[in-house]
Amino acid sequence: MEIVLAFVVGGLYAAAIYLLLRRSLIKLLIGLVLLSHAANLLIFTAAGLTRAQPPIVGDKAAPLATVVADPLPQALILTAIVISFGVTAFALVLAYRAHKIVGVDDLDRLTSTDT
Amino acid sequence: MNLWLILPIVIPLLTAVITTLMYPTLRAQRWVSLGGATALLVAALGLLNDVWHNGIQVTQMGNWRAPYGITLVADLFSALMVTLAGIIGFAVAVYSLTSIDAARVRFGYYPLYHFLLMGVCGAFITGDLFNLYVWFEVMLMASFVLLALGGERGQLEGAIKYVTLNLMSSALFLAAMGILYGLVGTLNMADLARKLSATAQPGLVVAVALLFLAAFGIKAAIFPLFFWLPASYHTPPVAVSAVFAGLLTKVGVYALIRVFTLIFIQDVAFTHTLILGLAGLTMITGVLGAVAQNEFRRVLSFHIVSQIGYMIMGLGLFTPLGLAAAVFYIAHHIIVKTNLFLISGVVERMSGTFELKKLGGLYRAQPGLAVLFLIPAMSLAGLPPLSGFFAKLGLIQAGLPLEQYVIIGVALGVSLLTLFSMLKIWNEAFWKPLDDRRPLTEDRRSSVALFIPIVLLALLTLLIGFGAGPIFALALRAGQELMQPTDYIRAVLGGP
Repeated sequence: MEIVLAFVVGGLYAAAIYLLLRRSLIKLLIGLVLLSHAANLLIFTAAGLTRAQPPIVGDKAAPLATVVADPLPQALILTAIVISFGVTAFALVLAYRAHKIVGVDDLDRLTSTDT
Repeated sequence: MNLWLILPIVIPLLTAVITTLMYPTLRAQRWVSLGGATALLVAALGLLNDVWHNGIQVTQMGNWRAPYGITLVADLFSALMVTLAGIIGFAVAVYSLTSIDAARVRFGYYPLYHFLLMGVCGAFITGDLFNLYVWFEVMLMASFVLLALGGERGQLEGAIKYVTLNLMSSALFLAAMGILYGLVGTLNMADLARKLSATAQPGLVVAVALLFLAAFGIKAAIFPLFFWLPASYHTPPVAVSAVFAGLLTKVGVYALIRVFTLIFIQDVAFTHTLILGLAGLTMITGVLGAVAQNEFRRVLSFHIVSQIGYMIMGLGLFTPLGLAAAVFYIAHHIIVKTNLFLISGVVERMSGTFELKKLGGLYRAQPGLAVLFLIPAMSLAGLPPLSGFFAKLGLIQAGLPLEQYVIIGVALGVSLLTLFSMLKIWNEAFWKPLDDRRPLTEDRRSSVALFIPIVLLALLTLLIGFGAGPIFALALRAGQELMQPTDYIRAVLGGP
């Protein structure tokens, strides 16, 4: 399973970087979204995939003796997903506004402040 | 539970919430913001005082013992950085009183400003790597909106470049953290340091260290990852670029110094030599970029890049004196650079432009402002007895016993070029007679709020210069603490 996920993560990174290198504004945004997905899946894979019980201890029960899944990576990923959701929403609005004002979907034309 | 550690996060949060609730009344927002910034400064000084007298301070949030909970920890370096954030937060809050227009205040300038300060302070005092990521994002989100607020064409173009590269950096940071967690199984910085000191896979750890170097390198704007900075810092209102110039890249530098003194010290000969090389290249490219520019704020932006090189150089030398000089340099630089940006705002207000070619005659019109410009400008170039001289002296003294003559030569040469481009601004904006008919306009009442922070920061520059002894002693203690991570680890985790 790790091998499959490793290929998925690699593919996502490749696609993200390819899109980031395009000149189109909207492809840049999709690239950024894919980049954050790749990072999330990387955390998920690198932290170790275990087929095991959730680490929930009942009231007054003894501590778990069997192998349990590590909940921390999932908590990290959840946080990262929420953050990237907010950032993506902002970036979409920014791209929309920039497109309205500049009038082109071309990163090479965003040069009015360069001298 | 140490209150001083919580206050630098809670005060900006409360201020942001209150200013949000008061959104219909612009005037009240301005004064609440000023009050919040003052309270933050006081709390930061309290934290510095506490750490100076009682050593490293630690608070475990929710009483979950480290490494399970989130740890807030302040050593002298963190406390000093929070204090600097407090000073800049206060100075720019005063400057914003009259320089930020009503439209921007109506769209949430003040809440965003205080969220930014909260993110910066949080990043300085967290002891957990993932928490650092979260504070970075808080800070970035606020900075994204502050940069784009107003929606002028230049701002939006700058914001796209800034947002893209900073999100790249965050994604790298996150990926590096995932791999590190897979290796070690913890993200508490002190716990990481303890576990990595006995790692079985030093090669893999160095690879992760380089991912962190790239991630924080983008935030700190080191060579060759700095392109977003001069593309965006000159586009927003002056108060915003001043606070960005003072604080944001320094959070990246702080993170670099923190992880490369505490966590990634397995292969110093490789990683820190690499950092030293990058430091030299950062200084040179930054200063050459500045020489080629003819716009006030773009010159200053490229100088931020160049100055980051000096701070990283202290880290690359990796001796107590080198780190002390880096800490001193950061303190000096934050104050001086913010002040130069604030002055550029006053110049623009009087003459209506940032273009050096169109400026001129300001020495005749405003001799006081000219003197106020000369203090930080000459300090930036490193002229004695101003603060920059002692910062550079410390770095060179740290480099000599290590026989790092190349980097010393670069540092000295770059400071000559810095002097050159500061003199260029002086000649073009202040000394050159203005053949234009345009009168230099000035609104007396609003300019009081502009000049107070400038005078205050100039006095601080003089204070750091003339009182270099005690302040360098503080930096030296911070440097020794950074080189002795065992104290930090013991303070966080307890035990022997």
